[in-house]
Amino acid sequence: MPQGPDIAPGRLSDVELAHNFSDAHPPLTHAQAVVEAERCFYCYDAPCIEACPTGIDIPRFIRAIATDNMAGSARTILESNILGGSCARVCPTEILCEQKCVHNTREEGQPIRIGMLQRHATDWQMEHGGQPFARAPETGHRIAVVGAGPAGLACAHRLAMHGHDVVIHDRHALPGGLNEYGVAAYKLADEFAQREVDFLLAIGGISFEGGRTLGRDMTVASLRRAYDAVFLAVGLAGVRSLGIEGEDLDGVMDAVNFIEGLRSSSKQTVPVGRRVVVIGGGNTAVDAAVQARRLGAQDVTLVYRRGAENMSATTVEREWAQTNGVTVRLWASPVRLVAHDGALAGVAFARGGLGPDGRPAYDPDDTFVVEADMVLKAVGQTFLPDPLEGDSIAISGGRIMVDETGQTTMQGVYAGGDCTPGEDLTVAAVRDGRNAAEAIHAAWMAAGK
Amino acid sequence: MADLRTNFAGIRSPNPFWLASAPPTDKEYNVRRAFEAGWGGVVWKTLGEDPPVVNVSSRYGSLNYNGTRMIGLNNIELISDRPLATNIAEIKSVKRDYPDRAVVVSLMVPCVEESWKAILPIVEETGADGIELNFGCPHGMSERNMGAAVGQVPEYVEMVTRWCKQNTRMPVIVKLTPNITNILMPARAAMAGGADAVSLINTIQSVIGVDLDQMAPMPVVGGQGTHGGYCGPAVKPIALRMIGDIARDPELGALPISGIGGISSWRDAAEFLAMGASTLQVCTAAMHYGFRIVEDMKDGLSAWMDQKGYATIDDVTGRAIERFVPWNRLNMKFKTIAKIDQDACVKCGLCHIACEDTSHQAIARTRVDGERHYEVIDEECVGCNLCAHVCPIDDCITMQPQPVEGVLTWPEHPNNPARVAIDS
Repeated sequence: MPQGPDIAPGRLSDVELAHNFSDAHPPLTHAQAVVEAERCFYCYDAPCIEACPTGIDIPRFIRAIATDNMAGSARTILESNILGGSCARVCPTEILCEQKCVHNTREEGQPIRIGMLQRHATDWQMEHGGQPFARAPETGHRIAVVGAGPAGLACAHRLAMHGHDVVIHDRHALPGGLNEYGVAAYKLADEFAQREVDFLLAIGGISFEGGRTLGRDMTVASLRRAYDAVFLAVGLAGVRSLGIEGEDLDGVMDAVNFIEGLRSSSKQTVPVGRRVVVIGGGNTAVDAAVQARRLGAQDVTLVYRRGAENMSATTVEREWAQTNGVTVRLWASPVRLVAHDGALAGVAFARGGLGPDGRPAYDPDDTFVVEADMVLKAVGQTFLPDPLEGDSIAISGGRIMVDETGQTTMQGVYAGGDCTPGEDLTVAAVRDGRNAAEAIHAAWMAAGK
Repeated sequence: MADLRTNFAGIRSPNPFWLASAPPTDKEYNVRRAFEAGWGGVVWKTLGEDPPVVNVSSRYGSLNYNGTRMIGLNNIELISDRPLATNIAEIKSVKRDYPDRAVVVSLMVPCVEESWKAILPIVEETGADGIELNFGCPHGMSERNMGAAVGQVPEYVEMVTRWCKQNTRMPVIVKLTPNITNILMPARAAMAGGADAVSLINTIQSVIGVDLDQMAPMPVVGGQGTHGGYCGPAVKPIALRMIGDIARDPELGALPISGIGGISSWRDAAEFLAMGASTLQVCTAAMHYGFRIVEDMKDGLSAWMDQKGYATIDDVTGRAIERFVPWNRLNMKFKTIAKIDQDACVKCGLCHIACEDTSHQAIARTRVDGERHYEVIDEECVGCNLCAHVCPIDDCITMQPQPVEGVLTWPEHPNNPARVAIDS
């Protein structure tokens, strides 16, 4: 009898799982936050603000923590970034605001912990302050938002603030997008994604319609006819394949699907391999690898085809994987999935390095095998243009083309977030959504509507 | 090794660091601990007549700033609330066991000669080295015509000082209140009364803050607050100025000064000495950290004196006084200009915004290769130092004195309508 790969749920006790998927970085106490806030120089024209895609006035919100003006602190954050709570948790601050903190110049590696302070302020708002923004009088304008991820939510909130009515359509049952289905559970513990969505929707004027897929249940053209404007925030629905032998073996799956399954079910029921290989070098690869470990996988190896400096996961993320017991192997390109008796047994990699022409080169004769019961592919996500077929929306470089206001080539249809060009960050998606909302609103104001 | 011994108006101590008359010197227990820790002397917490005063519960208020506790402290405590006989017995016991330390007794009795005549022999009998007249306490006692109520009237200062001098062999130190407009008046009165020395400053009248929930000044006593006496690091500048005023006064210059007011480190101590003090009294720093702080004060002062070539405390006392001048004597031709060390600069922009918003628009904000860059505009800089003070990096902004040609003071300045003729 051929043995299948060792993939099973429930490798750890409920207590262990609860611990492993609780808050990875517990919040600061108020006293700790004040001490940290008081370290801030309150720079003028601060470099951290410039490094934040949403341009939060960071020195101002930090000073407000120091003076115990918590409502003012939270409002300062949320008026630039309504998803400030999740950004505080998921932003790679080490390559954004905190990297630019002037304290780095003074004492290497000791920036103000801006992310933790932002979390402190936004947590306060959600626990004590209610909704800090009021809606403008209703305008009667209706906007369809497609995609309830950070870009769509940010756009909807800003439009609602201006008095417009918004309907968010999403293929999932719950709003939140990647915050709900894509980010590692311990980054947004305690149902934070849903609590933040509830907080955001509390402004009013926004309704959510789940289980609606673009291209199947609706088209952009139909939405454009039914609404005064449309905002597309459909993200990256496609995943790249490895394009090697054995990819269809049982136990080989896309990391995003693994994470989505893990996020939407009880951890006790999520199957995970005894030995897991994750292929890729981005945050999805790290999130998949660490969560596999935390589900109880004995050996998790993250294999990336180039060097550490080329990984899109930050150094902090890579080290997080390593401290979680993930083995990181670099300069190895997958050549085939190895099967024994028709069952997944491992992945064969070719060793490589920088070739004489400065490009990566791999030696097909110099290979090694990493044994695996489960292989998670995290080699990139892509924008799927199919649902837009038939609409006059131009695609360029694999993403939706937008002008500086976020408008696509179809009048009245805007787009933002990962489906448009630019860095694929939650905080950048929030900026896109907010800016598109402002552009839609400004266009109507200019037209005297 | 520098010699830290002092002889202050005949009162000897192994080092100039005394604990000021205050809660730390209220009891034998505390004073013994202080002497074991190495303090050179104490001024025992003020004795009064029996029955003793009663102190309230909740006594101190703290001024905290940006994470630093007690940069200022105010108190609404009165003089010793223990029976006179208890204090007297303890003073005698301590002095017997620590003959090399200075034990000075602070006194405050009603402003009648009989009261002073009565208490002086009792104190003298303890073997104490001297007395300090508490003419400064700004709360509670002043309402009873004692403390600052005496210290604010030069005639009373002189009168009570004279009573004491006539009725004791002990050296008399007069403790001056800063709650006056000109410190020279009570200082001259003390001298006229025969004082052997003065000590200053006593605490400053203050309301430390308001409890915004109870809507009452702090510290809150049963829902109400009262003004208190302010001390701690924040009062140091006021003390230095008043001490300097006395030290440079031609009539008062010879009067020994015991410096008090926020002394927290050897550096503070050196500054007080330079401005004319010859002993130093400490309270808030000890209340903040305990008596052990004296170790670094002694070490640091001694090391600094060795480095500068000062052999004794007397060598330091008054060193800065000849350069402490009225504004009218400053050279108006002197000019200094800020300079930013671009390698040290962390690009926080604080110098720029301080100068731009509140001073002379003398720091340009530009970008060089995309990087923030701040540069002093020499022609606009008046040398005010603000940028150097707001800069969070030590020695990043320094003031560069410019070449000076000659001296021109305000009395001679062409813009002065009352200028004096310049000798040709």
